[in-house]
Amino acid sequence: MAESIVSLINVEKRFGSNLVVRKMNMEIQEGEFLTLLGPSGCGKTTTLRMIAGFEDATSGIIKVQGERVESKEPYQRDVNTVFQNYSLFPHMTVFDNVAYGLTIKKVPKDEIQRRVTEMLALVQLAGFEKRKPDALSGGQKQRVAIARALINNPKVLLLDEPLGALDLKLRKQMQIELKRLQKKLGITFVYVTHDQEEALTMSDRIAVMNGGVIEQLDVPMEIYDHPKTRFVAGFIGESNIFDGTVKAVEGDLLRVETPSGMLTTRGKGFQVGEEMHVSVRPEHLEYGLAPAEGFDLPAILKDFTYMGTVVKTALDLRDGMEVKFSRFEQDYGLREGDQLFLRWDPEKSVAIKKSAT
Amino acid sequence: MAALSKTQRRKRRLGIVGDVYAILIYTVLYIPVAVMMVFSFNDQKYNFYWNGFTTEWYGKLLENDALIGSLWYSLIIAVLATVISVVIGTLGALGLKRYEFKGKRFINSMLYVPIIVPEIVLAVALLIIFMNIGLSLGLGSILVGHCTFCIPYAVVTIKGRISGDGYELEEASMDLGANRIQTFLRVTLPSMVPGIMSAAFLSFTLSIDDVVMSNMLSGARNSTLPVLILSMNRTGVTPDVNALTTIMILVIVAAMLLSNGVKALLRRREKAAAR
Amino acid sequence: MSRQRLKNGASELQAINRRRDIHRKTIPALAQAGPVSVWMVLFVTIPMLYIIYVSFMSRGVFGDVVYEFSLESYQTLLDSTYFKVIVKSLQVALFTTVACLLLGYPFAYYIARKPPEVASRLIMLIMIPFWTNSLMRLNSWLLLFQTSGPVNTFLQWAGITSEPITFIYTDPLVMLGLVTNMLPFAVLPLYSTIEKLQNSLLEASSDLGANPRQTFFRITLPLTFPGIFSAVILVFIPSLGIYTVSDMLGGGKVLYIGNIIKNQFGAIRNWPLGAALSVLLLVITGLLIFVYTRFAKLEDMEVV
Repeated sequence: MAESIVSLINVEKRFGSNLVVRKMNMEIQEGEFLTLLGPSGCGKTTTLRMIAGFEDATSGIIKVQGERVESKEPYQRDVNTVFQNYSLFPHMTVFDNVAYGLTIKKVPKDEIQRRVTEMLALVQLAGFEKRKPDALSGGQKQRVAIARALINNPKVLLLDEPLGALDLKLRKQMQIELKRLQKKLGITFVYVTHDQEEALTMSDRIAVMNGGVIEQLDVPMEIYDHPKTRFVAGFIGESNIFDGTVKAVEGDLLRVETPSGMLTTRGKGFQVGEEMHVSVRPEHLEYGLAPAEGFDLPAILKDFTYMGTVVKTALDLRDGMEVKFSRFEQDYGLREGDQLFLRWDPEKSVAIKKSAT
Repeated sequence: MAALSKTQRRKRRLGIVGDVYAILIYTVLYIPVAVMMVFSFNDQKYNFYWNGFTTEWYGKLLENDALIGSLWYSLIIAVLATVISVVIGTLGALGLKRYEFKGKRFINSMLYVPIIVPEIVLAVALLIIFMNIGLSLGLGSILVGHCTFCIPYAVVTIKGRISGDGYELEEASMDLGANRIQTFLRVTLPSMVPGIMSAAFLSFTLSIDDVVMSNMLSGARNSTLPVLILSMNRTGVTPDVNALTTIMILVIVAAMLLSNGVKALLRRREKAAAR
Repeated sequence: MSRQRLKNGASELQAINRRRDIHRKTIPALAQAGPVSVWMVLFVTIPMLYIIYVSFMSRGVFGDVVYEFSLESYQTLLDSTYFKVIVKSLQVALFTTVACLLLGYPFAYYIARKPPEVASRLIMLIMIPFWTNSLMRLNSWLLLFQTSGPVNTFLQWAGITSEPITFIYTDPLVMLGLVTNMLPFAVLPLYSTIEKLQNSLLEASSDLGANPRQTFFRITLPLTFPGIFSAVILVFIPSLGIYTVSDMLGGGKVLYIGNIIKNQFGAIRNWPLGAALSVLLLVITGLLIFVYTRFAKLEDMEVV
């Protein structure tokens, strides 16, 4: 196993009486692209700021390259940050902004000149040296911010929602560029975002955070296909989540009773009588005109939304729960208000343990 | 050309009325300045009536020891008050913007007292205190008085120009390896320069033109230029004072135009570089 | 054992955090906010409290302050001579304020509707005269209106009057001086609120059928009210306390509250009375500010 470059051990952060990060443990591997993903207020930015040194952990240990850094100032840490709002120095040119870290380290002038030129070429901003930040577009500012951080050869680059202020098209383009840059330089990226699609496309691993806790830390495919908690299932992609109780265990198959009716899923390590959740992606939902084996989920067709080639459908279940459904075979000739019965391949649904909290 | 519609014609008429009105107001604002300048060329010992053109007052100016002495006194006080106010004001603006501490609200509202309360009230209040602690009146007391109203203006001006919550740029700087002192000198201070400059200009003009504070807090020996003018009022202000104040306003306007010109030039250069 | 070590670790971290908090927050906060706080307390709070205290003391035979409680000064204020001055000062300040608002509003509106670069030049053009020595500007009015001055010469030449008219040392001339002196303090806050007024609001109003007059009274005026009130405060309060204008243009014959206060600390030497008059000004100021803060924030007042 590779050496972990950043370790958080039992890290907690409290603002007044507000516990923002709880007992967090995380090992970040050298060279990986790790994303902290979660809704606003989940503690992801605070975690990043504790690694950078802008916030002190209330308790716990933070190590960078195996060395404890809690008592180190931000300027003594070998990590650099790309800020959400870029934080470019308004009174300096692009060149001076990028050169800042090297100037502080008193690197010789000709070397600064060479490295800044190289770095600006790398982020495709050659020729912008003399501009002030005011005269740059959002995308250009972002590139300057990245160049300004990368020129210091940080062990870890921390990125705090760096693409948040850009429009969709530019964001997609920058996602690809950032990923390319990270592969090329081999620097560890710790990336904070609330955009799950961004997280899924860019990351080697994702830490899904909620309420100051890491709900799941895994590769994107695992996070998407095998969410470990109800929150992850609901947060990543679209999902229909049923809350129920295990009625019978038949090998790998679980019969689950929910307020909407009986259903079947695959799952290991569950016991009869255990409360749990079942998550099914809209694209895995199927239906018929009669109940299928192991399922008793009558539903009323509520409305269709045509979105290009995909038809999105909402169905109301017995208990009023609304499920999302992304396939619709026209041949049944169903209309709004018609009744049908849901089912799915138990292999495609995910059984989730009820979390302690 | 197509005929103008009724509304267009009305708009045009309104525009002309507006222009005329604005010119009138500007005229009223500039009449005193123009009269002051014209009477600096009056060939008469006292400015009772116009007696013909002369430039001799500009030469005789330097012989009027009381006048030149008061000018120096005013300038020394204005420079000192500006330096003190800008230093305390810059630090204060930062401190009040960034830190939460007990009594912060109180200090914030205290800052508005010298700005809003009539100056005479603050002046006599300070006078009573100085007399009671036995401080002799003079340069020191005037300086304290001037700083007391310049500091609040400096704090308000500079605070208004600190961008954002104030921390982002410093965090970026420290993240890039600069310690606190380097960060303050290279990032915090330079990014505040425009605010500091206008605070300095404001403090200087407030101090050099101040009458009330200087009048109440000056000792018997020296008086500032405005206090001297006020005391001359009974006998009539002599044309050499007009000459002096004419030179002063010309210097101030020239300095202003120069700094604006330099700013515009820098901006143009930057734009040229951007292209 | 290990729990004990963990506990030690935690308190060690707390100690580090505390030490760093001192470095990061306490020291910079003290260094930055300290001087201004000390200055304000020493030279604003204490003098203000002390002047209120003195106003309740009595006057000695030789004009010194006798530290005995007395309401004598406040009773003196109700004497007809002083009371008349107070009423007249209030009237003059009110007149100045109304005149500045009526003259200043259209002017500020005119500037605010110009393109930004033009507007900033026009504002600059207002400021320039005010960098000229204020007493000399007042003196100019005196020169213009004196007995043998240009205005009287012109009036006699035009045959409007045969004898020169006495303008100087009269209330109207003092008021002219006050209005021209205070006008910018009304125009600047008015300009900044009118300038913020979005054109789309006026368009929406006219789109919904309001004529220009209705739009003005229903949209423009209410939305620029904060600016109007700022202007009232920035004109009324200084006009009430100022004594230089009445000194220069009133020649010692026109007396307002400011002159009376000043005299109590000069030749007349009655500090408690001067203090009581100052407290009166403080109370009026306080009342106006109290009303202001009911519907706006003090920080939003455009004072510069």
